[in-house]
Amino acid sequence: MSASVVYALAFYAATAILVIGVVRKIVQYAKTPAPLKIPTMPAPVTQGGVVVRMASEIVLFNSLFKSNKWIWIFGWMFHFSLLLALFRHLRYVISPDSIFMPLIGHEIVQSFGMYAGYAMLLGLTGLFVRRIVVDRVRYISSPSDYLMLLLIMGIAGTGMLMSFVEHTDIVLLKEFMLGLLAFNIHPLPTDLLLLVHLGLVITLMVIFPISKLLHAPGLFFSPTRNQVDNARTKRHLAPWAAELEADRKPGE
Amino acid sequence: MADFDVPELQEYSVVPKLKEGTMAHSAPFIAKAKFQEPLGYPGELVDNWEEKVITKMDDLRGKYRGFQVFLDSCVKCGACTDKCHYYLGTKDPKNMPVARQDLLRKVYRRYSTFAGKFFGALGIPGFVGAADLNKDVLDDWYSYFHQCSQCRRCSVYCPYGIDTAEISMAAREIMASVGVGQKYCNQIIEKAKTIGNNLGLPQPALLDTLEGLEEEVEEDTGVAVKFPLDQKGADILLVTPSADFFAEPHVDGLIGYAKVFHEAGASWTMSSHASEAGNFGMFIGSYENMRTLSLRIRKAALDLGVKRIVFGECGHAWRVAYSFLNTLAGPWDFLDQSYPIPQHICEYTHNLIENDKLKFDKSENDHMTLTFHDSCNVARASRMGDKPGGQMDIPRAVIKAVCNNYVDMPVDTIGEATFCCGGGGGLLTDDLMEVRVKGAQPRMEAYKSVVENSGVTNIAAICAICKSQFTKVLPYYGFGMTDIVSVHQLVSEAIILTDSEDDTSEDNNESE
Repeated sequence: MSASVVYALAFYAATAILVIGVVRKIVQYAKTPAPLKIPTMPAPVTQGGVVVRMASEIVLFNSLFKSNKWIWIFGWMFHFSLLLALFRHLRYVISPDSIFMPLIGHEIVQSFGMYAGYAMLLGLTGLFVRRIVVDRVRYISSPSDYLMLLLIMGIAGTGMLMSFVEHTDIVLLKEFMLGLLAFNIHPLPTDLLLLVHLGLVITLMVIFPISKLLHAPGLFFSPTRNQVDNARTKRHLAPWAAELEADRKPGE
Repeated sequence: MADFDVPELQEYSVVPKLKEGTMAHSAPFIAKAKFQEPLGYPGELVDNWEEKVITKMDDLRGKYRGFQVFLDSCVKCGACTDKCHYYLGTKDPKNMPVARQDLLRKVYRRYSTFAGKFFGALGIPGFVGAADLNKDVLDDWYSYFHQCSQCRRCSVYCPYGIDTAEISMAAREIMASVGVGQKYCNQIIEKAKTIGNNLGLPQPALLDTLEGLEEEVEEDTGVAVKFPLDQKGADILLVTPSADFFAEPHVDGLIGYAKVFHEAGASWTMSSHASEAGNFGMFIGSYENMRTLSLRIRKAALDLGVKRIVFGECGHAWRVAYSFLNTLAGPWDFLDQSYPIPQHICEYTHNLIENDKLKFDKSENDHMTLTFHDSCNVARASRMGDKPGGQMDIPRAVIKAVCNNYVDMPVDTIGEATFCCGGGGGLLTDDLMEVRVKGAQPRMEAYKSVVENSGVTNIAAICAICKSQFTKVLPYYGFGMTDIVSVHQLVSEAIILTDSEDDTSEDNNESE
């Protein structure tokens, strides 16, 4: 079997695992009731306020900023760069005629996405070094915690090498990716860097739903962050808690 | 004085290097069968407890979204590692919030996630932070989940809002369900469920105590301030921690509430059936027990026919009251909807102050310079007033209305960043004295800084646990045990009483 077929099948499998795995978790989170009001106070008293609170957590990592400036700067740098890099990569999976192409293909998006690689590596390195040198963080780290950072550093590193040192055949790659979307396997360039880069990405996709990377969907469901502080004015009752009420006689 | 080393107070809080196992020996007395069974738990460790632990954990994961999300979401970033007062005071790494959670999370990972099962089968569960469940793990749980006061400081700083309190509550519920409950909490819950309060004071004893207080206040002030109990048809039901009936400085707070009610011309009563604000059901993570206790308040309100419910000074109690009471024992449609249900005594007093209904001689408190200890569960798990943060502002406003000298402790130790007193969450028992003293270190350091730099002489609080805890631990750090005062004790000192005979004012003008 050629590398193209192996990678194509691996991409399909990884995508299935990622999507099914994450959707299953999201469904689990959404279906599990939050029986008590537990927002970390002071909390917003309106739904709109909760949107602002959540946005400040998702975009600015507000709580982390309050907590520890080093983790915040490294963590934020990494996540924001990852976003820019991902945005840039859309170029490889959307059709050249797509209405988004002028935006994605724009020089600003492309060069920001490219140089974000440096910030990403810097952030990841900072997090990795902290994990080793700060005794408290070292104590709570498992091998998988280090390896996950190394994995993403590997993805960023190989990606940057392809951007700045050893280009791959980007036209061929794009044909391969667009082919995947149409269930049509086209040849994949066989440069070692690209194969490693894609292999690591596939690994990341597979471990996402079975690891702490679930913090991404988890944040949206965190009751300490997404609940409105209105316990006194609005009665909050989970279905299983409502069943307990059967023992209450009328007038009691 | 102590059979352990009392930490030396620093100029400011220093994050210590970790020292493994310093608190591994600390564990509260295990509940005997007679304190387990009345709460619906088995009397001793059940035979197939490993299996039962996992089943119970699965059950709770299906009932509490927070528990499930928190187990999955931690990335071990380390943000919380220096936030727990028990870690800062003991240096024991298992007192870092994430490490405490991991004691349970590693078992969840091992038996309930693909990664844990896979690497567990390979014999290296630790590779993905998983671990087998065995007696050592259970002992660790019992030890370290009883070194968490459920104060939620870690949850403020976690980027995902992971709240160790939720994990501790779940862990305690799981342990109790396999026969390993905590004596102190269970014993108290049983008393509250059968008698009506945590101290087990029956109605005659309460009546006697309250009559004594009436005499004392009349002797002291010449004004007949009433302390009514079980008075049908009263407007307001006051639910207060039972420590308020006799412990110092709690009782001075109770006298303060009574004087405020007196001056407002309010018709109020306490209830012997619900003579306890504190709800220890929360500490052991038991929704059912918490609900049973809350329903006593509902019953008392219905039986007495009151229109309003006001809670006395108590921290975790105010959390259950503010955040959970509507859920557990609502709907409160039979009460007067123009007032918050329930209302905190500080909100009540503050409203009267705002409306000029109370007169004070602030100089009565001039011998003191006050600071205020934000009780953890008031600050981070409840609110007062209409605006977020009212739980910080309103008690301070009350203090400032009755005292001339007030100074805040350093800003990173108050408000939402407040340090727990060290005795909350079911730890206020003598068998946990070491962790209580060590856990108080960050608060004591903050107090020391204002004592030395600003001449502070006393620390005020609005929590029965904080008050008892400080009374006990202040002397370990070289402070006087009477440094701790109730907020309504300050109100009581400064309030100018008018004789009720010629006072016709009612409190129905009080705005909300």
